Amino acid sequence: MTDSKYFTTTKKGEIFELKAELNSDKKEKKKEAVKKVIASMTVGKDVSALFPDVVNCMQTDNLELKKLVYLYLMNYAKSQPDMAIMAVNTFVKDCEDPNPLIRALAVRTMGCIRVDKITEYLCEPLRKCLKDEDPYVRKTAAVCVAKLHDINAQLVEDQGFLDTLKDLISDSNPMVVANAVAALSEIAESHPNSNLLDLNPQTINKLLTALNECTEWGQIFILDCLANYMPRDDRESQSICERVTPRLSHANSAVVLSAVKVLMKFMEMLPKDLDYYGTLLKKLAPPLVTLLSAEPELQYVALRNINLIVQKRPEILKHEMKVFFVKYNDPIYVKLEKLDIMIRLASQANIAQVLAELKEYATEVDVDFVRKAVRAIGRCAIKVEQSAERCVSTLLDLIQTKVNYVVQEAIVVIKDIFRKYPNKYESVIATLCENLDSLDEPEARAAMIWIVGEYAERIDNADELLESFLEGFHDESTQVQLQLLTAIVKLFLKKPTETQELVQQVLSLATQDSDNPDLRDRGYIYWRLLSTDPVAAKEVVLAEKPLISEETDLIEPTLLEELICHIGTLASVYHKPPSAFVEGSRGVQHKRLPPRSGSGESTESPEVGQPGGTGPEATPAVIPSQSDLLGDLLNLDLGPPASGSVPAPTSGMQMGAVDLLGSGLDTLVGGPTVNMGAGFAGAPAVMPASLNAPVGGGLGDLFDLGSSMGMTTGAYVAPKSVWLPAMKAKGLEISGTFSRRAGVIQMELSLTNKAMSIMTDFAIQFNRNSFGLAPAGPLQVLTPLSPNQTIEVSLPLNNVGPVMKMEPLNNLQVAVKNNIDVFYFSCQYPISILFVEDGKMERQVFLATWKDITGENEAQFQIKDCHINSDAASNKLQSSNMFTIAKRIVDGQDMLYQSMKLSNGIWVLAELRLQAGSPNYTLSLKCRAPEVSQYVFQYYETVLKN
Amino acid sequence: MIHSLFLVNSSGDIFLEKHWKSVVSRSVCDYFFEAQERASEPENVPPVIPTPHHYLISVLRHRIYFVAVIQSEVPPLFVIEFLHRVVDTFQDYFGVCTEAAIKDNVVVVYELLEEMLDNGFPLATESNILKELIKPPTILRTVVNTITGSTNVGEQLPTGQLSVVPWRRTGVKYTNNEAYFDVVEEIDAIIDKSGSTITAEIQGVIDACVKLTGMPDLTLSFMNPRLLDDVSFHPCVRFKRWEAERILSFIPPDGNFRLLSYHVSSQNLVAIPVYVKHNITFREGSSQGRFELTLGPKQTMGKAVESVLVNSQLPRGVLNVNLNPSQGTYTFDPVTKLLSWDLGKINPQKLPSLKGSMSLQAGACKPDENPTINIQFKIQQMAISGLKVNRLDMYGEKYKPFKGIKYMTKAGKFQVRT
Repeated sequence: MTDSKYFTTTKKGEIFELKAELNSDKKEKKKEAVKKVIASMTVGKDVSALFPDVVNCMQTDNLELKKLVYLYLMNYAKSQPDMAIMAVNTFVKDCEDPNPLIRALAVRTMGCIRVDKITEYLCEPLRKCLKDEDPYVRKTAAVCVAKLHDINAQLVEDQGFLDTLKDLISDSNPMVVANAVAALSEIAESHPNSNLLDLNPQTINKLLTALNECTEWGQIFILDCLANYMPRDDRESQSICERVTPRLSHANSAVVLSAVKVLMKFMEMLPKDLDYYGTLLKKLAPPLVTLLSAEPELQYVALRNINLIVQKRPEILKHEMKVFFVKYNDPIYVKLEKLDIMIRLASQANIAQVLAELKEYATEVDVDFVRKAVRAIGRCAIKVEQSAERCVSTLLDLIQTKVNYVVQEAIVVIKDIFRKYPNKYESVIATLCENLDSLDEPEARAAMIWIVGEYAERIDNADELLESFLEGFHDESTQVQLQLLTAIVKLFLKKPTETQELVQQVLSLATQDSDNPDLRDRGYIYWRLLSTDPVAAKEVVLAEKPLISEETDLIEPTLLEELICHIGTLASVYHKPPSAFVEGSRGVQHKRLPPRSGSGESTESPEVGQPGGTGPEATPAVIPSQSDLLGDLLNLDLGPPASGSVPAPTSGMQMGAVDLLGSGLDTLVGGPTVNMGAGFAGAPAVMPASLNAPVGGGLGDLFDLGSSMGMTTGAYVAPKSVWLPAMKAKGLEISGTFSRRAGVIQMELSLTNKAMSIMTDFAIQFNRNSFGLAPAGPLQVLTPLSPNQTIEVSLPLNNVGPVMKMEPLNNLQVAVKNNIDVFYFSCQYPISILFVEDGKMERQVFLATWKDITGENEAQFQIKDCHINSDAASNKLQSSNMFTIAKRIVDGQDMLYQSMKLSNGIWVLAELRLQAGSPNYTLSLKCRAPEVSQYVFQYYETVLKN
Repeated sequence: MIHSLFLVNSSGDIFLEKHWKSVVSRSVCDYFFEAQERASEPENVPPVIPTPHHYLISVLRHRIYFVAVIQSEVPPLFVIEFLHRVVDTFQDYFGVCTEAAIKDNVVVVYELLEEMLDNGFPLATESNILKELIKPPTILRTVVNTITGSTNVGEQLPTGQLSVVPWRRTGVKYTNNEAYFDVVEEIDAIIDKSGSTITAEIQGVIDACVKLTGMPDLTLSFMNPRLLDDVSFHPCVRFKRWEAERILSFIPPDGNFRLLSYHVSSQNLVAIPVYVKHNITFREGSSQGRFELTLGPKQTMGKAVESVLVNSQLPRGVLNVNLNPSQGTYTFDPVTKLLSWDLGKINPQKLPSLKGSMSLQAGACKPDENPTINIQFKIQQMAISGLKVNRLDMYGEKYKPFKGIKYMTKAGKFQVRT
C-alpha cells in the first residue's frame, strides 16, 4: 500500500465524502482523510472548501496529523484569510506546549502563513520563542524573524526583533548562532546600508567558535558572513585564516568554496614574505582539485570559480594542470570551462603536455568543443612564445586532416599568430592557400583574405586568389567584404603594375554597388588616398601594425577583485558584478579586497604593523559616532548617477580606438586609415561630408605617448587654511593642508597659541571616514606651545583606519586634544592625496576598462578659464599621480587619456579634451564608484588653474 | 534562499512541486525546458540557468531533474549540495529514487521536504535525524500502521539535533555490536595511444556501517597515513587530532555513513591495474576497418581483475561490426554506435581479446575521430593506492565489538585513447 491510493478516488461527491471522513470520530479515519486532502492538494486540486473541517483536526496530540494540517494551512491560508484566523488560537496554544518540538513547529508554521491578520498574532509567541530555553525553538524562531520581515518589514523593526536577533549571535548554541546569521544576512540583503551585521572582533570570535560546531549549512552562512569582515591588520587576518582553514577538508563542497572565498580575501592582507602566506597557498590547491572529482554540476560551478582564482593567483594551481584535462564523457559545459583554464595555466613548463592534449581534443566528436580546442592552440602560441613553433606545426597537422571546421578555425588562429610573430612563420602560407576553397565561414574567409593581402608579395598568384573571391562580392558578409577591399588595396600597393584593374573593380564595387555605409566609406577613403598621393597611401596602408596583446580575455582587474570577494556566488558563475544582474538586491554593495599591509608594495606608511597601537583602532574613537552606518565607500548605494553626467561621448574616436583592440581583425582595418586627415584635400566629389568623423584611426599616436612624460616636480599643494579658529578652541588656532610625499599622505598643521597660557599634551584623532584615513603616528609636538607661538607639524597618515561614508565624501572629522580641552573640527581633503603611485594603467587594460564601464558611471565636467597647454597639464597632473596613458590630437583638440587609482583600489579613468586657443576644457570621468568623480573633477580644476 | 523545487521527468513533465516561500508559477520551468531542448544530451543541460526574475539550478539524478528556483544571490554550490542531499534522502527512504517511488510516497516526500527546509533554510538534512522525525515507509510498517493506527511521524523531539554530537541519536542499543569499514577506491585515468598515462588519480572513500551501543568513541589509524593529503571528513571526525597525529578519532553516527573521502593525485602513487593493446584502423577508400583489442593485468599485486566491461563509442560512419571475443559477449548498437564487451574476469594466462572487422558506409570517407575505450573493472581485497588500516580501537564503552575492514578497487572514469 502506498500513497498513490490517495489519488484513486475520482467519484463525484469526493469533497463531500472527505468532509464526512474529516469529521469522523475515529482518529485513524481522520488522518487518512487529511492525507487524501494533502495528496489532492499536491496535484493542484482545489480542496479549499474543506478548510474549516481540516482546521478542526488541528487540535490533536497526534504529531503527524498536526503536521499534515499545518501543511494544508500554509497552502490555503492566503486564499481564506478570514477562516485562517480560526487557527490562530491553536497556534498560540501550541507555542506554549511543553514539548519543544511542538513549540518550534507552531512558530515555524505561523511564519509561513502570509496573512497580515495572522502575523499580528505572531509577534508575542515569536518574542517568547526567541528567548525560549530550548535552543531548537530559538533557532527556529530566528528563521521566523526573516520570514516575518519578508511579509512585513516595518512590523519587525517596530517590534524590536532585529535587536533580539542580533543578540542571538552571542547565543551559547552554535546552531542558533548560524541561523541568526543566516536570517540577518537575508534581511540585510534588502537593507544594504543597515549595519545589521556589525562585525567587530568580538562577534567575529563568536562566529569562529560557532563555525566549528554548527551544521554544514550553518558553516556556509557563517563563512559568507565572515567574508564581509575587514580585519584590522594582517595579524588578525592571519588568525582568522588559521581558524577557517580546517573547513577546506569539509565534505560539503559549498563549505569548501565559502572557506576558499574567506581565505582568498584575507590573504590579500598578509605580507607575501610571510611563511604562513606560502603555507596557505599550498593548502588551497588540494580542496580545489577535489571539487573537480565531484558531480558535473558541482564541477561546473567550481570551474567557473577556479577560473577567477587562476587569474588572481595563478601560483595556487600552476602544478595542477592535469586535473583540467578533459574526459570524453564530461558534459560540454564542463569541457569548455576546463579548456579555458588550461590555457590560463599554460606556461613554458607544461606547454608540451597541453599541446598534446589540445591536439587530441581537436579530433573529438563535439564540433563546438573541437573549435574551441583549435582556438586554444592559437592562444597558447600567442601566450607562450617558446611554444609558437610547435603550435604552428600542430595547427598544420590539423589542417592536413581536411576536416572542414578544423581547417577554418586553424586559419583564423594562424592569422593571429602572424600578427604576434611577424616574419617568422610565413613559410606555411602555401599550405594555407591550398585550403582556400573549403572555407565557408566569414571569419575564416576574412582571415585568409587578410593573410593573402598582407603577404601578397610572397604569394605568386595572390591576384588570382583575391579575384576569385571578388566574383561573389555581394554575397559575402560585411566582414569579408571589408577585408577583401583592404587586401586588394594592399596588393595593388605591392604589385601596382598587374593589379590596377582589380583595384578599380573592387573600389567601384564597394563605393557604387554597396548599401553598406561602412564599406562605402572605406572604399572612398582608399580611393581618395590612392588618387591623391600613392606614396602616402603606401605609408598608411602598409604601415607597421601594433602587436596584438597576449591575453585578450582577462577580466578587468577591479572587476576581478570584486568577483574574488564573491567567490561561490552566482556572480562568480557569471563573471559579472552582482549589481549587474541580481534582481532584488535593492542596493548594490561593492566589495573589495582588503589592502595589503606591511609589505613594500603598498602605499601605507611604514608604521602600520608596529606594536603598541598608536593608531585609532587601539583606542575608542574620540568623536561619538554620529551615524552607525557601516558602509565604507564601496558599500555605497550606486543608485542614480551623478546629476552632472551625460551620455558617453559619441566622438567616435574613442569608440574606434576601443574597438581597435577589441577584435583582431578590425585592428587591421584600423591600421591603414591612420593619419589620413591631410589626404582629404583633393577628395572626389562624391565623398560624403560625414567622413571625417567616424574614422577609427589614431592608434599609433594614441599609444606612443605614455612614456614620454618628463620627470615631475612636486605635486600641487593647496595653501593652508584655517580649520579651527581660536575663538572656538579656547585660544588654539589650527590651520592646515594636505599633501602626498613619496607615497605618504601628510597632514600639514600649523598650531598657534592665541591664549594666555602654555599648551601641552597635544594628541589627535580622526573619526571614521570614507577612505579610512588615520594618523600613522602620534602628533609630534614635543615642546610646550607658549602664548603667541606657532608650530608647524607634519602628521603622516595611513589609510587602514575604520571606514564610514561621509557627506561630502572627502570630509574628515578631527579631534585635537591638549591640556585644556578636546576640540572638534572638520576639514576637507583633496582627493588627490589618495592617488597612489602605481595608478598608471596598462593601455590595453585602460581601453578594456573604459569600454566596460557603462555610461551611467560616466560624468562630464567643464573646466573654464584655464590657460595651459596639454603637455604642461599632463606634467602637472602626473606629479599628483594622475597618469597620462595616451595623447591624441583630433580636429585640433588635444585629447589626454589618464588614469588614477585611489588608495582603496578604485580606478578613475579620465579623458581631458583641450581645444587649442579656447580656455574651456572638457573632462569626462569614468569610474565604478561615480561618487568620487565630482571630487576628482574639483581637483582637476584646482590643479589646472594653479 | 531556496524558493521552490520542481521535479521534472525525462519526458519533460513536472510531476512534483514544492514551495517554501510564496508560490512560484510552474511557467518558470519553461526556461529550463528551452535549455533542455538546446542540449544535445540530457546531461548537457547547464546547471545554472538565468531567467528574468529567478535563477534555476538543477541537477540530473536517476533521470529526474531536480530544479531549484532561487530569487536572490545564493551560493549555487549550496543549492546543488542540498539537491544532492534530497536525492540521497529519497534513495535512503524509498530504496530507489524514481518517479514511481516518489509518486507512491508523495505524502512522505512532502513531509521530508518540509523538514529539510524551513523558509529556504536547511533545517534537518542528516538522515539519522530525519528518520527520527519521519519513519521510512516499509511494507511491514505500513501494515502495522493500518492495523494499529500508529503513525509514521516520530513523537519525540529528535534529541540528536540539540546535542554536541548532532549526528548521533541517543539511546542506541544493539545485541550484536559491530563496526565495518569499506575502503573503496575508484581510479580515474586517461591513457594515451601509446599506453602511457596522461592523468591518473584515485578517488577513495571509507564507508562505514557502525552498529554500536551507547556512545562509542572510535579511533582508526593507518599504516601509511601520508597518502592522505587531500581529505574530506564526515563532521564527526576530530580535525585537530588528524592534523596532529594523523589518526581518525570520532564518535560515529549510527548506521551507514561516509567517514572520509580522499583524493590521491600524485601520479607516481597511482598504479594502473590493466593495460590495453588496441589496433583500430580504417583504410582510405575501403569500406572495411580492422578492430583488435586485448586486455591484460598490470600492477595488481596478484589480485584478480573482475567484472571487466569495455565500452567504446565507434565513429558515426561505422555501420556494423563483426567481432570475435575470446571470452564473454559483446553487443553493438548500430543506432548509437556503442560497442560494449562484457568479458568478466581477466585470466593472466590467457588474455581476453576481441578481434574482427568493422563495416563502413559504402563510399563514406574515413572517419576523422578515434574512438575512446572506456573500461570498467573491479579488484577485490586491494586498495590500489596501497592504503591500509592499521587498527581500530574503541573507547567509552565496555563491550567488545566485531570489527571488519574490506578493500576494493574499481574503475571510475578509466579511458584509453586510440
